[in-house]
Amino acid sequence: MSKEPLMHIVKRDGVSFWRGALVRLIAVLLSLIVCAVVIVALTGMNPLSVYAGIWNGAMGTTRRMWVTLRDSAILLCIGFAVLPAFRMRFWNTGAEGQVLVGAMATAAVMIYGKDLPAWALYTLCPLAGVLAGLVWGVIPAFFKAHWNTNETLFTLMLNYIAMQLVSFAIVFWENPKGSNHVGLINSQSKAGWLPSIGTNGYLLPILIVLALMVILFIYMRYSKQGYEIAVVGESENTAHYAGINVPRVIIRTMAICGGIGGLAGYLLASGVGHTISTGLAGGRGFTAIIVAWLGKLNPFAMLVVAFFLVFMEKGSIQIATQFNLNENASDILTGIILFFILGCEFFINYRIEWRKRAREEVKA
Amino acid sequence: MKKLVGILLVLCMVLGVALAQAEGVPADQIKVGYICIGDENEGYSANHIKGLKEAQAALGLTDDQIMIKYNIPETEAAYEAAVDLAENGCNIIIATSFGQESYVFQAAAEYPDIQFCHATGTAASASELTNVHNYFTAIYEARYVSGVVAGMKLAQMIEEGTITAEEAKIGYVGAFPFAEVISGYTSFYLGARSMCPSVTMEVRYTNSWGDMALEKETAEALIGNGCKLICQHSDTVGPATACEAAGVPMVGYNISMIPTAPTQALTSSACDWGAYVTFAIQCVIEGKEIPKDWCYGYTDGAVHITELNEAAVAPGTAEKVAEVEAALKAGELHVFDCSTFTVGGEQLTSYATAYGLEGTEMVSDGYFHESEVRSAPYFDIIIDGINAVVEQ
Repeated sequence: MSKEPLMHIVKRDGVSFWRGALVRLIAVLLSLIVCAVVIVALTGMNPLSVYAGIWNGAMGTTRRMWVTLRDSAILLCIGFAVLPAFRMRFWNTGAEGQVLVGAMATAAVMIYGKDLPAWALYTLCPLAGVLAGLVWGVIPAFFKAHWNTNETLFTLMLNYIAMQLVSFAIVFWENPKGSNHVGLINSQSKAGWLPSIGTNGYLLPILIVLALMVILFIYMRYSKQGYEIAVVGESENTAHYAGINVPRVIIRTMAICGGIGGLAGYLLASGVGHTISTGLAGGRGFTAIIVAWLGKLNPFAMLVVAFFLVFMEKGSIQIATQFNLNENASDILTGIILFFILGCEFFINYRIEWRKRAREEVKA
Repeated sequence: MKKLVGILLVLCMVLGVALAQAEGVPADQIKVGYICIGDENEGYSANHIKGLKEAQAALGLTDDQIMIKYNIPETEAAYEAAVDLAENGCNIIIATSFGQESYVFQAAAEYPDIQFCHATGTAASASELTNVHNYFTAIYEARYVSGVVAGMKLAQMIEEGTITAEEAKIGYVGAFPFAEVISGYTSFYLGARSMCPSVTMEVRYTNSWGDMALEKETAEALIGNGCKLICQHSDTVGPATACEAAGVPMVGYNISMIPTAPTQALTSSACDWGAYVTFAIQCVIEGKEIPKDWCYGYTDGAVHITELNEAAVAPGTAEKVAEVEAALKAGELHVFDCSTFTVGGEQLTSYATAYGLEGTEMVSDGYFHESEVRSAPYFDIIIDGINAVVEQ
């Protein structure tokens, strides 16, 4: 006689929006309680003041708030560089490289074209950035579409090529010579720098990314091309059967992804860092994957995730200053919170059924 | 009459502002901002933080008067950190990592009333801003002294027959191929050669300030290439780990490496940042101007070598070190004495092409005047006896 297992997992059919939101809220609250326990156990500090420190670091002053929002926007933009590809089940792990080549092309225009009129720089810089990223995205897509190469490895390895390219370019642009640093490009003239809106140097990148978010949402949800991406992602065979030119969709979608990555690179080089270095993307090309998945490939949900991750990062700098807790402390907190958020998805999608021994015994 | 009163009032205000500036900031109200690339777990930043703590103790500042930003990379984050410190009321903001310079000076342009100091940088003297300052220590003096320790060790090995005089080769793990590193290894080499005339040196660059695994590998490669002693200009204990395993003596940087290499670490050259940090904060308190460039060595207690490892150094090292240090302090000994080295087989009699300082003659009175025109080192000549391999 086969015995029924102690418990088994049953998929839920559909959960209402509010129920899902409630589960997630409970998960966040639980994670904060666990974090508090960890803080007390490890450091003996008051968890509430640590939380206050995190808030203070991310949102404590007007400028901190703008920096947090701006950096969230950049991370979100890089997240958009993987979003359409992921919808197509094309695992673009190369956002880091796409951002870097975009930034490098932008930096090149800023350096060599510093005497061009402002309007020419404002046109050429984003154009160069987007084009470079686009090319970097299309290369692996072309190989995938025609020879079915593994895109995960291909895009990943292109990251390292991009880093080496940047290292190589720095040899020509470094200042002082041999120091491996480019420093601020055009620090006096500010030629090619993304302009401020009034005195606010943070707003324009945010607005650009928000506009991109709306466009991308409409493109993915309501356009024919967006639908094609979804079909290819569900099943290439179905797509073939429906008469969709799969190689073309793959290449076109990766061109969009790479272009968005290049745009993020442009924003970083022209609007944020005003420099080029191999660390300019700073691993955000990979964090973007977390943003895309936690946001379930929904641009608006991704916005929330990107904000949360940047919020915790900025908070960590503050608690390091204030409580001498180094960055690892906030990594632990972020890890705990992410664990609960990911874990609660399980309970939203599935329920556990325990073995109904008691009832069976009654029947027998 | 009204006009006169107006003028008087204006004059009073101007004078008031001028006086307020000259009066400086009371010691119990001054706030100091400090920007580090790492935290206390990382040698370079730990040494800078030690300097700040010394200054804090010397000036009697409370913990609330010190704000340290840890783990600030050499990106726009350094700008954000600097303006954040400025907005939080800091009167003086000190950044410690080379690549943070342009970002910190970008912030300085927005806050002309706040003093910004940057360690190891090069741009202050050429900047139009009056509130930016560079500082460095004359670390080449300490490197020279640590070179003396290394040279004595090699001489001892030759005397004992462990190696022949021709085999005496130093391996040097350098960070980047620019003046700061070149000046450092040249001074170390000259110190070593003053004790062991046959010594040569091979330099390999890691192209990173701190990469434990890479520095260890580079040290291993140098040992494999016949180097009998290792020195470093990089931030981690990677080379010490390699040397302890291979049984090769080594000289470290910034921190004593004896805990990592108890039988092989001889000593380390180290900067004492406390001397400058104390001085700079004191200037702001007194309302005095901070010089654009500041660079001192043994004379101001700004450099030293860490404890000698009695288990590893050659006999008589401590006495010799004391003698050389005294000569440096007294100004009798010049590290870059042109009679002690040649370039392309010839003695250096003139040099006016140091990168960034083209046109300034550096050689006079028979020696190269390092760190006198600018605080950051600018000796960027590869001298005979040193083989510098550039690896990208």
